[in-house]
Amino acid sequence: MSDIKVDQELDCRGLGCPLPVLKTKKAVGTMASGQVLRMVCTDPGSNKDMPSWSERTGNPILKSEEQSGEYIWYVQVK
Amino acid sequence: MAEPKKMALIASKGTLDWAYPPFILASAAAAMDMEVKIFFTFYGLPLLKRKIDAQVSPLGNPAMPMNMPFGPKWFKNINWPIPNALMAGMPGFEGVATGLMKQTFKNNGVASIEELRELCIDVGVTMIACQMTMDVFGFDKKDFIDGIEYAGAANFLDYAADTDIQLFI
Repeated sequence: MSDIKVDQELDCRGLGCPLPVLKTKKAVGTMASGQVLRMVCTDPGSNKDMPSWSERTGNPILKSEEQSGEYIWYVQVK
Repeated sequence: MAEPKKMALIASKGTLDWAYPPFILASAAAAMDMEVKIFFTFYGLPLLKRKIDAQVSPLGNPAMPMNMPFGPKWFKNINWPIPNALMAGMPGFEGVATGLMKQTFKNNGVASIEELRELCIDVGVTMIACQMTMDVFGFDKKDFIDGIEYAGAANFLDYAADTDIQLFI
């Protein structure tokens, strides 16, 4: 699954709740349907918040990974 | 498309700690495509002033952790056992506690109240000032931010009756 084509990057490292979700929403709003946003954050709460946000807004999470305290989310714009 | 979910909040408190929940919930809900209205009443009303000067008081909040926002992590994590009665009675302590809390929030990447309020406005959260409280406390509309509505209890209830989430904060 390393072949996901990323269209836009968003750095939310160091930001606390609810900023990663808000900035993700804002970024997704500027992108075209089908494009992929790669968001990186350090908020452990995003583990629950991002899936909830994704389910509620209908923008699917294609992949997520954790690397040394950083949470990486690949969100596809619906 | 399905009707969006709706949320109605009442913000009734104006201290720094209690200023956070309505703005955090409202902005997060809006980011989740929900429609949000916040009704600011009584001590929550000053949160709509152009300049927010919310403070936090250790008085009446005996469970409030007292941490230092500087130094190494082990030092920051110390919860200083200062008796509540002492903190509450010491002149100027509220200013100190407010400064410490703001710095701790900043260190942890939490937005300031002003930033969160701005974000809420950006994403279309409707803010309503309680007209009665305005009159009782003698507040002047010119001290308040633009783009807000002024209404009363019936207006809030009419909206809240058709919402999915209603919270009194």
